[in-house]
Parts: sequence; C-alpha cells; structure tokens
Amino acid sequence: MIRFLASRVGFGAGVLLVLSAFVFFLFFVAPGDPARMIAGDKATESQLQQIRKNLGVDRPIVVQYGSFMQKALSGDLGFSYRNQQPVAPIILRRIPVTLSLVLGGALLWLSIGVPIGIMSARHVGSLRDRLGQAFILVGLSFPTFVLGMMSLYLLYFMPKQAGFTLFPAGGYKALSSDPLIWAWHLALPWTTLALTMAAIYARLTRGQMLDVMGEDYIRTARAKGLSERRVVWKHGLRAALTPLVTQLGADIALLLGGVIVIEQVYGLQGVGALAVQAVANQDRPIIIGVVLLGGLFIVIANIVVDLLYVLLDPRVR
Amino acid sequence: MAILEAKGLTVDIPTEDGTVHAVRNVSFAIRPGSLFGIAGESGSGKSVLTQAVTGLLPNADISGEVWFEGRNLIGLSQEEMRRLRGGRIGMIFQDPLSSLHPFYTIGAQIAEVLHAHETIGAAEARARVVDMLGKVGIPSPAERFDDYPHQFSGGMRQRVMIAMALILKPALIIADEPTTALDVTVQAQIVELLDAMRRDFGTTVILITHDLGLLSSVADDVMVMYAGNRLEYGRAADVFRAPAHPYTAGLLRSTPASYRPGTELAPIGGRPPSLLATPAGCVFAPRCPEALARCANERPPLRVYDDGVESLCWLEAGAGRARPVAAAATAAVKAADPEPVAEIEDVYLTYQTGSFFGAKRSLEVLKGIDLTVGRGETVGLVGESGCGKSTLARIVAGLVPATSGRVRVLGKDMASLNARAWRKMRREVQLVFQDPFGSLNPRRRVGAIIGDPFRLHGIASGEERREKVRRLMEMVGLNPEHYNRFPAEFSGGQRQRIGIARALALNPALIICDEPVSALDVSIQAQVLNLLRELQRDLGLTYLFISHDLSVVRHVCDRIAVMQGGRIVELETAERLFADPQHAYTRTLLSASKTLPAFAGGGERVLVETRGLA
Amino acid sequence: MSGIAANEPSAEAEVVQRGSFALTVRRLRRDTASMAALCVILAVILLAVVAPWVAGITGHSPIEQFRETGLSPAGIPVGPGAEFWLGTDQLGRDVLVRLAYGARVSLLVGVFASMLASLIAVVVGTTAGYFGGTVDLVLSRLTDLVMSVPFLLCALALVSAFGPSLMLSVAVIVFFSWAPMARVIRGQVISLRRQDFVLASRSLGAGPLSIMVVDILPNLAVPIIVYTTMQIPNSIVFEATLSFLGMGIVPPTPSWGGMLADASSNSLYLVAWWLIFVPGTALLMTTLAFNILGDGLRDALDPKSARTVRRLRHRPKAGAKP
Repeated sequence: MIRFLASRVGFGAGVLLVLSAFVFFLFFVAPGDPARMIAGDKATESQLQQIRKNLGVDRPIVVQYGSFMQKALSGDLGFSYRNQQPVAPIILRRIPVTLSLVLGGALLWLSIGVPIGIMSARHVGSLRDRLGQAFILVGLSFPTFVLGMMSLYLLYFMPKQAGFTLFPAGGYKALSSDPLIWAWHLALPWTTLALTMAAIYARLTRGQMLDVMGEDYIRTARAKGLSERRVVWKHGLRAALTPLVTQLGADIALLLGGVIVIEQVYGLQGVGALAVQAVANQDRPIIIGVVLLGGLFIVIANIVVDLLYVLLDPRVR
Repeated sequence: MAILEAKGLTVDIPTEDGTVHAVRNVSFAIRPGSLFGIAGESGSGKSVLTQAVTGLLPNADISGEVWFEGRNLIGLSQEEMRRLRGGRIGMIFQDPLSSLHPFYTIGAQIAEVLHAHETIGAAEARARVVDMLGKVGIPSPAERFDDYPHQFSGGMRQRVMIAMALILKPALIIADEPTTALDVTVQAQIVELLDAMRRDFGTTVILITHDLGLLSSVADDVMVMYAGNRLEYGRAADVFRAPAHPYTAGLLRSTPASYRPGTELAPIGGRPPSLLATPAGCVFAPRCPEALARCANERPPLRVYDDGVESLCWLEAGAGRARPVAAAATAAVKAADPEPVAEIEDVYLTYQTGSFFGAKRSLEVLKGIDLTVGRGETVGLVGESGCGKSTLARIVAGLVPATSGRVRVLGKDMASLNARAWRKMRREVQLVFQDPFGSLNPRRRVGAIIGDPFRLHGIASGEERREKVRRLMEMVGLNPEHYNRFPAEFSGGQRQRIGIARALALNPALIICDEPVSALDVSIQAQVLNLLRELQRDLGLTYLFISHDLSVVRHVCDRIAVMQGGRIVELETAERLFADPQHAYTRTLLSASKTLPAFAGGGERVLVETRGLA
Repeated sequence: MSGIAANEPSAEAEVVQRGSFALTVRRLRRDTASMAALCVILAVILLAVVAPWVAGITGHSPIEQFRETGLSPAGIPVGPGAEFWLGTDQLGRDVLVRLAYGARVSLLVGVFASMLASLIAVVVGTTAGYFGGTVDLVLSRLTDLVMSVPFLLCALALVSAFGPSLMLSVAVIVFFSWAPMARVIRGQVISLRRQDFVLASRSLGAGPLSIMVVDILPNLAVPIIVYTTMQIPNSIVFEATLSFLGMGIVPPTPSWGGMLADASSNSLYLVAWWLIFVPGTALLMTTLAFNILGDGLRDALDPKSARTVRRLRHRPKAGAKP
C-alpha cells in the first residue's frame, strides 16, 4: 500500500516538475525581453539593466529555475510587476470563484447525466433511449462558449428587452454575502457547464450500464428474486461506478484549471479569466503560477481517484 | 403428483435476424424429490427452457402451461415470479466466478436472498448464512463470510452458489451446467454435494448438462433435447441402457465417455440446424442414420413405450441395435522403438511474480519433466487446471524458454537455437489450439489464415499457394470453395478444422494439440477426433495431445502421461493406464470421469401408445 | 471414411462478412441519421470550397470593411438583408463570406489535426501494447503525463510565448488529442495480443512487425475509424475555443471561433443576435454531424457491438389463453 502511494506521489511530483520546467523554460526561448515588457518602451538601457538585476534574469537559467522552485515550495510564486503584487495571493483570491463554478456544476451534471444514462441503458432501443442518445449527441456537440452566449442571449437579454431580469448577466457574488444571490449569479454558468458535461457522463454511464447489465452476476441477482430496482442500482450501478469515478476525478481536476471559456463568457473573475488576462498582458509570473496550480490540482485528483479505485474494487487489493 | 409439470411449452425469442424458436412444444413432469436431468448440446434449448419458466426472459414469447405448486407460471405477473425466484425456486449457473458480484462479500450476497424474501435482522441472517456455508462444505465459514468471490477457488465458489440457492430451502433447484467450468475431481464433489443436499432437504433438482456420463450416474429421470424439441424422455436407467431415439443413441455412441477397447467413435454427421426455421418433418432427420423417407416431410408422432420411455420418432421399434463400430482394420503400424521427435529432459519452469503490494514471489510451474515423443506416436498429457500441461506444450513448441533442463526437437536443443534456426524450427513443430473462436483472426479470410505458413516461410506464393491451401482444406473436410470466407461464417467444429489445416501446412514433425476438442459439442468432438486419427494414419504425423478429459485421451493416445502439480506422476500405455492405474492421483481421476454403461439398443421395448398422429 | 461429413454452411446461415466494404455501406445507408449527418458535412465542405465564389457573387471579400453600408450611423452592424445576406460584423464585414472562409479553417484544422493525432496514437498505443515491459512502461507514463497536463492553460502559455498562429494551434491540438486515443488503442492491443491467433502467428514464426501489421492492425480498423471521426469535432471545437480566447487564427483571417470572439467582446451580440447565432449554429451543426456520423459508422462497421437493439414489434403474450 505504501509502495503504491509512494509511486503515485512520485509520479505526481514528476508531472509537476516537468510542467514547471516546461513553462519556465518556455519563456526563455520565447521572443521578447521581460525587462522591456515591464518597463515599457521609454526606459533607458541602464534602467533596463536595473530591472533585469531585480528580476534576476541575468543569472543562468537553471539557477533561476532552481531558485524559483525553492521559493515556490514555500508558497512564494513570484511577483507580478503588472499588478505590483505577489503572484500567490492574486491566484488564491480567484480560487473560490472557480471552485464554486466547478463543484456546483459537478453536482448538477452528475444528477442529470447519470440518471439519463441509466434510463437509456435500461430501456435500450426504446423512445426513451433515443431521446437520451439525442441529448448525449447534442450535449457533446455544443461548444461550451456557444451554449453560454446563446443562453445569455435567450435568458438574459431577451427577458431584459421585455422588461424584466430573469437571470443576471454574469459576475460573481461571494457565497458569504448571500447564498441565494450567489446561486442566482451562478445559475446560468452552472447550467452551461453541466449540460456539456452531463452528456459525457450520460454516454459513459449508458455504455457502462449496458456492459454491466449483460453480466452473469446480474442474472444471478434476478434469479435470487431481488426487485428490479435493487438489481439496477445496487448490483448494476455499483459495478459500473469505477470508470465513472475515474472520469469524475479527472474532469474536476481539469476543469479547476480550465473553465476558462465559461469564466470569459459570464465575466466571472476566476482562475481561468486570470490566465487569459495574463496572456494579454504578457504577465509571465502569473501564467507560470496558474499553470502550476492547474497541474497541482490534476496530480491531487489523480491520487485521490487511484485511492478511490482501491476502495471500490476489492480485487485490486 | 408432479412438483413441476410442463404442457406444450413453446418459447420464441424475437431477434434482429428473425424469431428464434428456442423451445418447441415441450412437455414433462418432474417427481418431487427426484433429480431430473435435461440433456442436450448447445442450441438445444435446455437453458432457455428453465430461464423462460422462471421469468428470466422478459422479451420472449412463451406459450403453454407450466404448473408449479398449484399455479401456472406462464400467466403470473413479473412481481409474483420475482417472489418465487430465490424463495421457492433456486438457481445455480455455470460459471461461478462471473455469476457472483465481484464487489460484494459472499456473505452479504447470500444474506441478500434472506432479506429479499423475509423480514429478518442482520445478526440472525448472518448466523443462518454461516450455518449454510458450513453445510455446503466451506471450511471456517464464519471467517469466510466476509471474503470476496475472487478469494475462493472455482469449486468453493460453486459451493457458495449452492448455498445461495438453498438458503431458503426452496422446493425446486435448477442447476444449469453447474460443473462444466470445474476440474474433473471437483465436478464429482459438487455433484455429490447437490445429491446430498437433495436428500437432506427434500429438494427436487433439475440438472441441465451436456455430459451424459454425469447424468447416467445421478439422474433419476432424463429428458433429451435437440433444437428445441424433446426427443426422448424417461427413466435415466432405461434411456441410457437402451435409447429409443436415434439421436440419443447417436450421442451415446459418439461421446468419448462410452469408449470400449477396440472400437471407434461414431460421430453424428452434419451440424445442428438453425433455430430460425421450422422444418417440415423431424428436426433430426437430416443427420439421422436411420431416417425414413417420411421423416423429412411429416412431423413425427410421440411413441410411448411400456417402460415409460417416450420418443418423438417415426420408428416404431425405436433406435436400432447399436453396433459397436470396429476399429479400422488399417490401424497405423507403430514402430516398436520409434526415433524420438521430441525429448524433454528434466525441465523446470519458474515464474517470477511480483505486485505493488507484495514482495516478489516465484511460482514453480514445472518441476522436473522427463518425456519422449517418438515418431508416429500420439502421447497424451492429462491433468487438471494448473498442473502445467499447457505450459509444457508451449515450451516444447519453443514459445516459452524453460528455466532449466533440456528440450530437444529432432535432435536439436531448443535453447541453443539462434533466431534464424528458431524460425526454421517453426516448420517442425506446430500447435492446434483449444478455442475455435480465439485461434483464428476474425478479420482475415480463411484462405489467408491457412496460407500463413507458406507466406511466412516464403515457400509458395500466388496460384501455387492457393492450390496448396485448397488441398489442405479438402484434406480436413472443408469445402475449398469457401476459401474467401471469414471465420465468423463457420461453426466451431469447422474452425477447428481450419486450425488443423493451418498446422498441417508445412508438414511438421510434431503437432501439439492443446485441448483441441474441449470447446466443442459432444457430437462434433467425435468428428474432429476421428479426423485427427485419420490424418495421422495417412500422413504419418506425431501428436502431443493435451487434455483434461481422460476419456477423450483414451481414444487417440498410445501413451498417456498424467500430470499433477507440475510433475508427471504416471506414464503408461493407454490401455495399461486404464486397466491398472498405479498412482493414487490417476485412480482419483479415473473414478471421477464417468463412463457410460454399455448399451444394447432399444429393440426390447413394446410400443404402447402413439400420440399426435394427424 | 469416417468423420468427414458434409460441411456446407447451411443455406440459412447468415453470410456475415464483417468488415466487407459493401455491407458496411449498405448498413450505413439504412441509417437515416447518419445519412442526414453526411449531407450536412458535405454541405459544409461545399461551402468551404465555393467560398471564393460566394465572395464573387456578393461582391464582398472576407476582410473588406463596409463602413457606410454595413454599419448603422451609430456603428451597430447591419442585420441580414438584401445586401448582406447574413448581416455584417462590428467592422462592417460580410458575415456570410466570412462564414464560408471560416469553414475552410475549421475543416482543415479539424481533419488534419485529427488524422495526425490518430497516427501518433496508433503508433504509440500499438507499440506500448504489443511489446509490454519497459517499452510499455515508458510510453504509458508519457501518455499519462500528457493527459495530466492542463491543456488549455498550457496552450495559453505557449501562445503567450510565441504568439498566435495557425501552425501553433494545430500543434497544440495534436499534442493534446493523441493521448486518450493512445490509451484506448493500447488497451485493445493488449487484449488482442492475448488471443490465440496471435500466439499461432508467433508459433508459425512471424516477427513482431508482421504480427502487428497483419494480425493486430486489421482488428483495430473499427476503433481507429470511429475514433478519428469522433476526434474531428473535438479538434474543430478546440480550434474554435482557441480562436475564441484570442489564441488561434490571427485576425483578420476569418474563423468561426474568431467570429464568436468578436461577437462576445463588449457583449456586441446582445444587439446583433446573428453574430452568435450564425457562426454558433454552423459550429454546432458541423460538430453534431460528425458525432452522429461517428456513431453511425461504429454501428455500421460492427453491428454486433451496436448498443441498440432494434426490437421487433412486441406481440402480446399468449399465456393466459385457456
């Protein structure tokens, strides 16, 4: 067990190392002079030299990387000259937004997608199944930002034109101030996120359930005289759970780093929006910080999922 | 008063390709407390019948009547059927590993039956489950309650299934091929357990199997099914001693379990019919050696005889007296001291295994094997699963290197071969595999598959290759015009023939047959075994024949090596082995494999009644 | 002669020549949804091909700005009408013409990136799955690594370093798409490798290359075709997303993602609905069509694995009849 955990953590650390090295060294092969970008066009050469010394860019790359990693491990992710603030707090401030979006969305897409998948699988070939499959196809094909913009148009703009406010235009209101307002502002973003993801989970669930329901132990469960509901939920779903859990872990992690599109469309000041701004501003320290954070989420999620796997499947133990 | 009585049961299953007539107008009555056998090959409808009756086939069209405990099961609602299942009717299936839920403990799964049908507390349920586990022979049942199915052996798992089926003391148990997936010695134990439970609880048992030897030893009554029809029915002793229907007679004659020295297997020619079409006459007529002209055109009536045996046949006197087929006069002349083709000396094979959780372990699969196979001989390797016979085959074939010891084929040491010589050696040793479905690439045409040896060794190409392939196909009894078809279009027996043709292509010195007939129906087994013998006679082949079935091995082998736990425990000529086994394990194996009683044909019966004549 | 009985496959035996081209086409033709999807795809291809012709007919080039006729005095784009069939965008450019040229980008990137990703996935997956051992370990870890990377963020990082371009977009899409497919292929190859027919080929003396090409690859044909087809809409959406975030195609070259990005800046689309509904519907229709076709292809190529069971009309049970 310890060996297993150790190997997973080791792998995760490796991923982070590669990621950080990749993003760090990236900026050194990229065109552009960081000092000039910070100081502007009117700076004199001596001023640029001073800035370079402050940034530490006159040292060899590997040394810079080493010192960066050292500081990162203690929580110091560098300094953003654009915002004149350390990177870490900037990012941390954005996390609640992204977290609310992703976790709320996850709850929503699971409660929509999984039952649809089960229903489709139980009534294979029927109208219900065809409807389920249509939902899956449309959900998979709808690019998130298109869905987001269309939703805003139909559910914010048109009611607004008619004189009332059905849903707000976006923006984020903290949970601590008023949960209802918080949820109302997140309603459209949640739905947009959930519809695309629900389709993925519906398809996954449907496929898994179809596989599982054809297994011999389902036949045994029926032969024991168990009710059909028990057979489907206790025996069927339980067996189909593992790939779902794996996918869920991977998705949450990925999204924590990447609900960029939804944040853009709805004007939510989350981690993704921060990344986009940083690209526009060429603010490299922030970009590095965000990428590392994204990688960290994924590594943690992978380890959690692996542990869950061991819990769920006794054969692995 | 029968506990289960069926009248005119018909089951149709709608599928994409049409309606499958799985069960056609079957009637039977089962005496309480008896063991009722349903015999038949694959596609006979024996499993469908019981599953339809217990409501496990909701998509099927079922007509007729099935009376159980005063009620007609056919008209019952899903909910009422559900209550019967587990409570009054228990079921046991073929593969206990896949039939048990892998993620729940066996104790929980058995207790589930109790909770589903009675209101009972957890502690009391656990006590009853532990008690039942003890009765079926699971050691330390209280501790093993919390174990998962993968922590048990095959035989133990089947005991768990039996416990699960019996826990509510149902009136009827349906056991669908309960022993097929188990080793021979374990099979005997399970059957004994079923019989013991039957006597202790007074349960009636329906035993569905293709193994006639098994039925002849335990069944009270038997029903023989073919393509959905009930062809014969009566007391087991009567039916097996003197079958009334030609199909039953043919089955008995072709099954290796009824071997008598000096005779050959007489297979049933042809293949089972498709269940989509309804034939005009008797469903067995195309393959029946005693068919009359009217058999093909008119449905046969039901003949009832004085000893209670019923047969669906036009023959009034029943199947003709079975003549044991004499061994072919031109038996292969075996040299007294043939030159060795394969010499295996003191071979060991040890696997290193390790997992994330445990330390590395070494597994000794073969512990010192000595064996010689002479030219023109057939040497059999017999043993149960895990004894190492398949591994030994792969070593001789050169696919796996031995950890120590020497393997010489045609005088050359396998270990000393370089890559090129190894490739050349491929022409001398070939394999025929067990699984007719997995051993042929489904995406390649049969002609290409058989022609592979030629392609790989650059021997023939183009038209010359095609010619050779066609000749090979004829040699194994396939129609050479089917050159361009895919394996999916052939039956199991035909696919084995394709595999044999592929092995023959380069005229190897040694052919290793790894369980070549185990996955085939009984009547087809005989066809393939006879083919193998014939090819050996005509081409002077040498076989190393691997099987778990002693009776199969008896037919084809000159010498037999019995393996247990990685060692050869006995090596003898076939006849001496069966007549006078020396080793205790050989004796156990022999007593576990059933031989059928000699049968004499059905001439002594008196026809009492004929029903169903138009 | 014993045992060699007549072995004709009986007359009723279905001739299931799996993988046969003609049969697949026939099954596909019977699937109305797939046929409709195919029509849509062909329409989009057509649109892309005749883009210059469309520009000629309307008299507008894709980058030409028509400030007088295309924008209202307040600077709001003009809606669909006689002059501009699908309206104009914020710079007075003809939406229809841009849509047609944008189709080129989407299709080119989508198809090309998918095929490249597929190729990499097949090579990596087959090698890892067949050889096992260290090779598998290294390749699997590599695949895991690529899948562990937050792709959009990395794409952002790359773009911020090198600036947006078409080549970069394609490279990014390919880099992040091959890994999931490689994992699937590896799984398939591992289970194929265990089959007896591979062992048979090995025992006949076939080398690894021969086995991989002759034995394993034909069995991978179905997953490869289906996955590549399914990958195309993913690539198209990926590219559109990149363009939407300002990281893909450089303006003024039209791309559907870029058009949507222009529409969302300053929430312009709220007053000019056609600016999202036109490219948005085009994007949706295209991806939907490819997804449906992919599903249909899978069912047509290997009907036994079809997850739909077409039920025959269910007749009432005869059970209760006296």
